[in-house]
Amino acid sequence: MHDLTPITALGGSAPRVDTVADVTLTEVPDVALASVAARRGHEATCAKRLKTLLGKAAPEPGHAATGKDYTAFWMGPDQWMLSADFDTHEDIAALVKTQLSDAASVTEQTDAWTCFDLTGPRINAVLELLCNIDLTRFDTRHATRTSIHHLGCFVMCSKAGQSVRILGPRASAGSLHHAITTAMTAAL
Amino acid sequence: MIINHPLLGPRDSAEFVYLGAADLMKRPDPETASADDWHDYAYLRDNPAGVHRELWFHEGGDRSILIVTRDTTTHEISSVELAREVASK
Amino acid sequence: MTQKNRLASGQLDRNTTLNFTFDGKNYGGHPGDTLASALLANNVRLMGRSFKYHRPRGPLTAGSEEPNAIVELRSGARQEPNTRATTAELFDGLSAKSQNRWPCLAFDAMAINDRFSNFLTAGFYYKTFMWPAAFWEKIYEPIIRKAAGLGSLSMQADPDDYDKGFRHCDLLIIGAGPAGLNVAVTAGRAGKQVILADEDFRMGGRLNAETFAIADMAGADWAAQAVAELGTMPNVRLMPRTTVIGAFDHGIYGAVERVSDHLATPAKCKPRQILWRIYAPQALLCSGATERPIAFENNDRPGIMLAASMRAYANRWAATPAQRVAIFTNNDDGHRTAQDLHAKGVKIAAVIDTRADAPRSYDYEVLQGAQVSDTKGRLGLTFVEVSQADRSTRTIECGALGVSGGWNPNLHLTCHQRGRPAWNDDLAAFVPAGTLPPGMTVAGAANGLFSTHGALKSGADAARKALGLKGRAPAVPDAEDAPVTQTPFWYVEGCSRAWLDQQNDVTVKDVKLSHQEGFRSVEHLKRYTTLGMATDQGKTSNIGGLAIMAELAGKAIPEVGTTIFRPPYTPTAIGALAGRMRGKEFHPTRLTPSHYWAEERGAVFVEVGNWLRAQWFPLPGETHWRQSVDREVTATRASVGVCDCTTLGKIDVQGTDAAIFLNKIYCNGFAKLAVGKTRYGLMLREDGIAMDDGTAARLAEDQFVVTTTTANAAKVYQHMEFVRQCLMPDADVQLISTTEAWAQYAVAGPNSRRLLQKIVDAEHDISNEGFPFMACANITVCGGLRARLFRISFSGELAFEIAVPARYGDALMRRLMAEGEDFDVTPYGTEALGVMRIEKGHAAGNELNGTTTALNLGMGRMVSKAKDSIGSKLSERPGLNEPDALMQVGLKPVKADDKVTAGGHLMNATGPVDARNDQGYVTSAAYSPTLGHMIGLGFLKDGSNRMGETLRLVSPVTDLTVKVEVVSAHFVDPEGERVRA
Repeated sequence: MHDLTPITALGGSAPRVDTVADVTLTEVPDVALASVAARRGHEATCAKRLKTLLGKAAPEPGHAATGKDYTAFWMGPDQWMLSADFDTHEDIAALVKTQLSDAASVTEQTDAWTCFDLTGPRINAVLELLCNIDLTRFDTRHATRTSIHHLGCFVMCSKAGQSVRILGPRASAGSLHHAITTAMTAAL
Repeated sequence: MIINHPLLGPRDSAEFVYLGAADLMKRPDPETASADDWHDYAYLRDNPAGVHRELWFHEGGDRSILIVTRDTTTHEISSVELAREVASK
Repeated sequence: MTQKNRLASGQLDRNTTLNFTFDGKNYGGHPGDTLASALLANNVRLMGRSFKYHRPRGPLTAGSEEPNAIVELRSGARQEPNTRATTAELFDGLSAKSQNRWPCLAFDAMAINDRFSNFLTAGFYYKTFMWPAAFWEKIYEPIIRKAAGLGSLSMQADPDDYDKGFRHCDLLIIGAGPAGLNVAVTAGRAGKQVILADEDFRMGGRLNAETFAIADMAGADWAAQAVAELGTMPNVRLMPRTTVIGAFDHGIYGAVERVSDHLATPAKCKPRQILWRIYAPQALLCSGATERPIAFENNDRPGIMLAASMRAYANRWAATPAQRVAIFTNNDDGHRTAQDLHAKGVKIAAVIDTRADAPRSYDYEVLQGAQVSDTKGRLGLTFVEVSQADRSTRTIECGALGVSGGWNPNLHLTCHQRGRPAWNDDLAAFVPAGTLPPGMTVAGAANGLFSTHGALKSGADAARKALGLKGRAPAVPDAEDAPVTQTPFWYVEGCSRAWLDQQNDVTVKDVKLSHQEGFRSVEHLKRYTTLGMATDQGKTSNIGGLAIMAELAGKAIPEVGTTIFRPPYTPTAIGALAGRMRGKEFHPTRLTPSHYWAEERGAVFVEVGNWLRAQWFPLPGETHWRQSVDREVTATRASVGVCDCTTLGKIDVQGTDAAIFLNKIYCNGFAKLAVGKTRYGLMLREDGIAMDDGTAARLAEDQFVVTTTTANAAKVYQHMEFVRQCLMPDADVQLISTTEAWAQYAVAGPNSRRLLQKIVDAEHDISNEGFPFMACANITVCGGLRARLFRISFSGELAFEIAVPARYGDALMRRLMAEGEDFDVTPYGTEALGVMRIEKGHAAGNELNGTTTALNLGMGRMVSKAKDSIGSKLSERPGLNEPDALMQVGLKPVKADDKVTAGGHLMNATGPVDARNDQGYVTSAAYSPTLGHMIGLGFLKDGSNRMGETLRLVSPVTDLTVKVEVVSAHFVDPEGERVRA
């Protein structure tokens, strides 16, 4: 076991939590991420193996699906992002590659992203100041890429109108956190 | 503008990067093309007042490049295709 | 002060008094008042001065179309010029000032312009300030700037915040009058996602200003009831105080919500305004209509206002501009004002109707077939002179005159995508026509249906049609349905100073003069006279100007046409357009994994794109940046230095065709690169010019990690996607950026291997034999952490780049510093990095500047002829391969103390210094602590054959001439022995 101490994307040793009124923003560092892209000509095999891995079909465009160990969301044609618990899946790319083998290209993405959970009954009031997602139709298990204050982010709906997970570029975690907390104070 | 993405439905054009005319996909064959062919490909573009086929890269989305057929005088979009599928045909 | 002109009832909270000041004087009003209504209630009619002639003016309207009552609100940093008193919601403590007057509103020295009005006619500026041309910038413009303009800026930063937001709906309803409310109720009950936006703070539109009944209740009560019902619907969003300012492509609307304008200061952390981008596949424009004036002599005195606005002040705000008023009208609507004011106890001096058959009244005198020929009263109306049907003249005493020339539909938004309205003869007005913005429908008065019944019915019908609702239409409640015909009457004959555009001081005479001088296109008229070019954009004046033009040209109004309406509908604060993107938040900031550590070390940071990078690390006692940078370079070359190079773009390229793909995007070959090896690659644009460079490391048969320069990371990725999707669609290649996933540090210097050996786990052999120059591998460090190691060098020293997952980057940097103590390890920043790469002759952004080819860069032979790659064909063009093509060279000063500066040009040792004799230019320069003098890189004609030649480096801009010698660009270790050590 190595002896290097990690820091969170916001630079702390513990995740940051901010609450404004009834909405809470939580930094979530314990997420392992890997991208999966089907090899050309092996799309069907890749989908099949992903189904085995997830325990359910790989999500359609604009959607996410949660299995036993992994959650997946659609990133692009024949491309998905898989997430899992960091403690048990730190080397997620190697674990996934073993399962998908030559049907897919797998790339570690864990620290390419900073992860925030935004929860509470009025998150839509916050989100509408941040990104152009159609919140009237953003249902549970929908997932989309969007731009938050010029940052390309993924937003996944864990529970419609109640809880979303936001993945943003790690190096800009501070700017993203500032944008979200500012929108929280402005909207709530 | 709203671009009706073949996979993701209507998306704001602000999510896209404009890459230019779809003619860019017709790269000359390096085995047979003449110098003029290369010159045309690299430098000459139509600038129609009317229907134009053009490439839009969904940088703020799924990273697909789309071929958007748009009337430059009205911004009416008559067709949107995935460039890779068209190129692969 | 008592509110002398306050009437009974109205939609005000009379239990609360709001204190405010206007030009330093205290007044009282009530919640529900606007600044204008409160001032009128306090018997204040004079509210401003006009733009050009500084004529005294009072409010013409009661809404956002107001040209005259333009004031400065608030003071200090929040001072806000050019605010319409007619829309400014009153709050306690509001302070307002009149504008465009000196020293005070009642006596304005600049009103002298009014006396010289004969000289200040249409086109005055164009005619007067033409010659001499040199006078313009120095003399004319400053004078005009000082005299012109309305309000003044605070010259302080706006202390408030503005937000931007996004909302989506099935149906956007613009305007919450009878039509809009009925649309909203119909659509809301059908369960559709509805947004109802209205610029007013109280929804209801004209219903609040009228005494009509709907069903069995007052119109205002019906509106309040509808708003209350809509408020209970979760699918309906009510947006009062929100102006839809533009209809953009494909159902995107811009709207400004004034969240805090009605408060003294915004609540803590709350925005002043929000600019909403509303996505609506269907929109219903229910924006109502604006009353139009009639032009007559001296029709601009305070107290003269539109009749329906006078009625709105009386009914909604319980205020009258005077206790004795007259009405001048050409239609029945003017009589409604007389009736309503009479009912409220205001004395009606007379109703002056241009029609010989005007309806009579028992309550007041009606002058049939009469016209107002002139008015009196310097700072406020006192008398009107009436020319009667029998040509006799009569003087009528009154403090206010309501003017009604009919109504114009508010169709501006229908024209935002080049739709042109059509003239309707029955209404004598333009109505929406032609191609409307996609998805837009118009209902109610905005569509020329001026009765309340028409508004309600057309609203419900339009909603059902737009949303495809089935079933029987609900009944339309009973409401007034008076037939409307409008006979045009634009101006009173024989007048000389009859104002059309009151804000820009354009008279009937100006329009005639403009026509006489040949400005006959409506667009020319607008610019020559400035008609309709003020902050109100001619909402009350354009039609009058058009009508007069048509008359003079002997054409019908539709033949003359209209000017184009463009967004925004009403003036919009720049702050709202900027939103949060101000100052430091203008763009996001990217921090490197070692940022917090570097901050602790006292690093000086530099912005590189969005990245903040350590520029150098000053030590105590160092007072000049050169001291720090020279030390960092020297220490690295002597022992070992560490630099965060995470910012370089990293793209993971995988797939069985990955090598073929790289062969296409790089001009040099990659197919034969062995696994575990890294190669430098040069990317060309298709036109043969160098685009970017970097390295590609082959980590597996089907996996490469490609690096790009920091600046071009996004562009290169985009280019690679283009090649992958559009040119090689069937290749098995997958791309994803991993720039931020890995913290990557350059460890450079003769002791770099020894330092790394203390960190890299022992099972990985990184000796020169086991891990030679250009090797790469997946390894582990610090007892098992996955990492990547590349033996590449930008500095020219023995060097490595080591990468670990970004979260461990901070700890790895601290570990490298701790383990490096034995070697006096030195962190270095971007300046030292730059110095070392210049010493080594490595090209960077200054050399890859969008004009240079592989040949220019001394890499001509790298362009493989054995394969096709992007740009390879056009790089062979003769024009890019002349014998005297620019070649990259090194430059050193002949006198060691001389300066070498980037940007300077190279000239032969003797001969003229001019563009024709230009030999090349310097791209990069630095002081080399290794060599003890300045050095430069540059491009020189036929440079590779001119080693040892002496040239002049000249910079006419900085008056510099220095003798330089042409040398190899590889100043340090030209044989490359160190990197292979």
